Amino acid sequence: MSANTEVLNVKKLKGRTFLTDTNLLLIITVLVFFSMYTSAVQFLGSGFTKPQMFFNILNENASLLVLSCGMTLVMITGGIDISVGQVTCLVCMASAVFMNDNSITGAMPEGQAVVVSMLIALGIGLAFGIVQGLLVAYLEFQPFIVTLAGMFFAKGMTTIICSDRVNIDNEINHAFYKLSTTEVSVPFIGSYNKLGEFIPAFVEVGVVVALIVVALLFVLLRWTKLGRNFYAVGGNNQSANMLGINVKLTKFLAHVLCGLCAGIGGYLFFLHARSGSPLHATGAEMNAIASSIIGGTMLSGGVGNIIGTLFGVLSLSTIKNIVTSLGLEDPWWTNITVAIMLCIFLLVQSVILARKNRKKK
Amino acid sequence: MTTPEPKLKTGRSVKDIFGKLFFNQLLIPLVALLFLVILNLFADPSFFKITLEKSSTGFYILSGNLISIIDNGSELAILAIGMTLVTAASGGQDISVGSAIAIAGSIVLRVIKGLSPSISGGELALYLIFAFVLCVIVSALFGAFNGALVAFFKIQPMVATLILFTAGRSIAAWINNNENISINDDRFKYFGNFLPGIPVPTPVFISAICMIVIAVVLKFTNLRLYSQAVGINSSSSRLNGINPKMIKLLTFIILGVCVAVCGFIKVSRTASITYAVIANNIEMDAILAVALGGNNLGGGKFNMTASIIGAYVIQFLTTTLFKFKVSSTAISAYKAVVVIFLIILSAPVVRRGLSNLKNKYIASRSQVKKEGV
Amino acid sequence: MEQGTVLEMRGICKYFPGVRALEQVDFTLREGEIHALMGENGAGKSTLIKVLTGVYPKDGGVILLSGTDGPVHIKSPQDAQNAGIATVYQEITLCPNLTVAENMYIGRTKGPVTNWRKMISDAGRLLDELGIPAHPKQQLGNCSIAVQQMVAIARAVDMECKVLILDEPTSSLDEQEVQKLFKLMRDLKAKGVGIIFVTHFLEQVYEVCDRITVLRDGQLVGEYIIEDLPRVQLVSKMLGKDFDDMADIKSDSDTENIDYESTPVYEAMGLTGTTGIKPFDFEIHKGEVNGFTGLLGSGRSESVRAIFGADRVTRGVVRIDGKPVKIRKPLDAMKHGISYLPEDRKLDGIVGDLSVRDNIILALQVMKGFFKPFSRAQAEQFADEYIKLLNIKTASSDTPIKSLSGGNQQKVILARWLLANPVYLILDEPTRGIDVGTKVEIQKLVLKLASEGKSVTFISSEIDEMIRTCSRLIVMRDGKVVGELKGKDLNQNKIMATIAGGES
Repeated sequence: MSANTEVLNVKKLKGRTFLTDTNLLLIITVLVFFSMYTSAVQFLGSGFTKPQMFFNILNENASLLVLSCGMTLVMITGGIDISVGQVTCLVCMASAVFMNDNSITGAMPEGQAVVVSMLIALGIGLAFGIVQGLLVAYLEFQPFIVTLAGMFFAKGMTTIICSDRVNIDNEINHAFYKLSTTEVSVPFIGSYNKLGEFIPAFVEVGVVVALIVVALLFVLLRWTKLGRNFYAVGGNNQSANMLGINVKLTKFLAHVLCGLCAGIGGYLFFLHARSGSPLHATGAEMNAIASSIIGGTMLSGGVGNIIGTLFGVLSLSTIKNIVTSLGLEDPWWTNITVAIMLCIFLLVQSVILARKNRKKK
Repeated sequence: MTTPEPKLKTGRSVKDIFGKLFFNQLLIPLVALLFLVILNLFADPSFFKITLEKSSTGFYILSGNLISIIDNGSELAILAIGMTLVTAASGGQDISVGSAIAIAGSIVLRVIKGLSPSISGGELALYLIFAFVLCVIVSALFGAFNGALVAFFKIQPMVATLILFTAGRSIAAWINNNENISINDDRFKYFGNFLPGIPVPTPVFISAICMIVIAVVLKFTNLRLYSQAVGINSSSSRLNGINPKMIKLLTFIILGVCVAVCGFIKVSRTASITYAVIANNIEMDAILAVALGGNNLGGGKFNMTASIIGAYVIQFLTTTLFKFKVSSTAISAYKAVVVIFLIILSAPVVRRGLSNLKNKYIASRSQVKKEGV
Repeated sequence: MEQGTVLEMRGICKYFPGVRALEQVDFTLREGEIHALMGENGAGKSTLIKVLTGVYPKDGGVILLSGTDGPVHIKSPQDAQNAGIATVYQEITLCPNLTVAENMYIGRTKGPVTNWRKMISDAGRLLDELGIPAHPKQQLGNCSIAVQQMVAIARAVDMECKVLILDEPTSSLDEQEVQKLFKLMRDLKAKGVGIIFVTHFLEQVYEVCDRITVLRDGQLVGEYIIEDLPRVQLVSKMLGKDFDDMADIKSDSDTENIDYESTPVYEAMGLTGTTGIKPFDFEIHKGEVNGFTGLLGSGRSESVRAIFGADRVTRGVVRIDGKPVKIRKPLDAMKHGISYLPEDRKLDGIVGDLSVRDNIILALQVMKGFFKPFSRAQAEQFADEYIKLLNIKTASSDTPIKSLSGGNQQKVILARWLLANPVYLILDEPTRGIDVGTKVEIQKLVLKLASEGKSVTFISSEIDEMIRTCSRLIVMRDGKVVGELKGKDLNQNKIMATIAGGES
């Protein structure tokens, strides 16, 4: 009898039943972002109506976007990586010190030094990803502790390389300076200046790279076997093992990809800041985790989406801008805002989860 | 089926002795300590020299590396107490303790500075008590906030405390409007340095008091049983009449009180505060102390003594690194290496290997015994 | 290997520290047969399955599969899948966050890319074919447990496996779903698949199986054709002794001693909670053993949980010895002398890492209070007393409870609640998943407690057990109490009819 009623139920299935957790949280995020941005336009006006304002958010946060994407991957497998911020810092410092070392870069053709510095950045990211991945996946240790150690290791290494701020010498690094200041105009979007001329909005090279990473990872998560395995492992890793998925390898790869993202994100930060400093990217891991969570990635694993993360980054940056334009310019307000956002979204997730569980019972 | 019987019996007795001697939880921190002691003995035996010197205030005080270790390790030991309980009950760690110490310290300074124009003679004691009580209350409230997120909203502890970790130092700066406050009263410094006429640093006494208090609490209440039961199986403990949420909350509040005491000592040491630096990285050290004590970071059974010894071993390591001329900012890289080493030692895979070794050893021992008989 | 054999395991050995889980076990599975693997708990069934599926490495012996020359080496579940061995476990081993279709195909498609359209249409076809009420695009976590179990079977069926292992698949299914599963099994059998069926339910074995292999203490007892092995003999083979203990237990005429006119020990009116049970009335008298029965999900466990305050109670009046009391949480119930042994021993009963001693004193300790811990000596005395009383097999009272066998764990939980000295004891499935010997012990204990004047509610999925122990049965269906049976009405047919409902 119960089976019959269930057959009927299947026929009656409506949209809500098909809504997976991932999509539900994605919808919430997108709604939050749009309502936030429209209310900013509505009530704070001026700045927010200009398209360039929006693209500046991207320019400022290209690095964070890549870091958050990497974080999302790891969080989908049920882990976390809190080393990304300090790895970014280390990448900046290493690249800056390398680029400024005229004895090495001076001997290279213009562009070559840039390429080598990129390789250094990717290498550092990859190295962190591999070591942390090995410790988490194959030695079965808590990702939080492992990456906490990674975070402190990167922090220490940065100051061992150089304990002061290193500004890139633009004189000897023309190619890098050019790359860093290249503006890519956005087609069809822009604003008219006082003379009535159309000024297209622009983004930096970093944004293009970041969006490519977003696209690649979206495809990875949606359509590849590896991507789906990430979800399976995060959903229930014992089951995933029984289903014939190599859980250890999957977790390992998630950390490697996250490390790689930290390398790319670190280089984008460097490209934007054109300097290295032990204070760079302080708290970036918090911003990345917050963006992922706001973007609908569940801490418990198995639920999340790269597009959501994109909106998470945008939401977080928008609210920071709103707070600043409300006149709360003291530096601590940004941190407190991020913390409050994180808190609210964690509570929302927890309430949704609790409601679902109750319904099932 | 008949042969394993005697094997099991002798195996058990051997295992008992073996367990007590070699597989005790205290083994890891003690071996680490021994290693550091030997390292220092070879590098520079004068490391262990303790002298009685006349301080600038005109009293005789003890000085030397060992004294500085038990002095500077006080905050860590106090934090380790709270962190062990939180770890046991909630299966996660509180990473906001550093930020929370900044808040606690900021409050103490704000209160004393605010009242300082009227400070005269004996009233200071009253103000100090007031400042301390206020900072305990606020820290306990922040602890309760963390605890509530963990207990009632079922958020992983490390992520829940990420909120305060992010915002804490900003809140601390905000409390004092980002001013660098310093107190020009030597009596305020007593708690972080020396009481006149007593050659042992005051924080040592404070941490000793905390240890005695927690020992008494563990002895005369069911805190140990409850927090372990909740950490191992919270659903089952609920059906046995324990309220797991309240126990988790309680452990976070206890940690909050520990944080308050640490914050008080910290600001008393220098009578000033730097919001971005005070108690920097202490969350890492506190977690490390718990791990070094051989406690399962996933919750459950715990050994308080081992955690506290772990805390002092960490401080020993820090002091040793300073002696080897490692700069204070680079020190975290070395500690990270130690953490990773510890991780590898205590990783489930390696542990399984070790316990297999142990079993083989026991088996061979019992075989030898049997043959001997 | 003989013709027609799909799987042969020879001389399989597996040791755990201090335990020999399997010693020289042989097992043969032929084409197109359903082969029951039977044994008490701890006999080695699960270990054998886990060796076969690559979860545990074996310490000795060979595994031969048809179609491959020489022994195969199965090192991981993946290897097992590739070799054509599919497994459905008792606990659902699927990912709740993925869709039904993905759960059916993940981990076994070729190529690095997921073809969603093909996957969904294939899954839809298979689900239809097997009559499973689920949509491929639905998130698995939103389906009922039974449907999830069937999706797992669908996955296994689709794998073109030669060997299908069903490890207690029926424990979360109701009678109708079990029949559906059996039909599925017979279909597969007709296709030549060899099926290994592990279960605790004897009736089911005799309904579908062709052959039985019995294990005991990690050793092979023998392989039998089903017709040659009557039930009683099967049980005696599993226990390793002549078995007539079952006959000893009888509720006899005890029922007549109960004074139904007296004030009930516990009385509830209109009790209901948040777990989907309809308000119900219930009372129990001194020295009475009653039972709640009904299909899985009928609300029998939820009802007793409401009595104990384990889930949130929203409405209802409760009287103890005639005095109205409020029971909002377990501690309230415990203070009023109610004890509750939960259905899920692992999840709700034991505190795994704690010692047997701590597990025994836990409830009494909580009742005594946070600020009044027992002394070590006293705790030890309590523990030793009950270890002896219930004959708990443990190395010492310091041993972590998780290293005990299922039956002994259950006894520890029982000890915990007996130590709390309740007037009213609720036992929810105390005999589930434990060996037959312990089952009998527990039933005897229940009757003894009742004769000592305690009131007991006893729940079991095995109706035989209920008939033997209870003097009154409350029958539930769809969260509602639909009948109360006692005296002459307490027989299998009447109970079945009441559960099924209708006017029969």
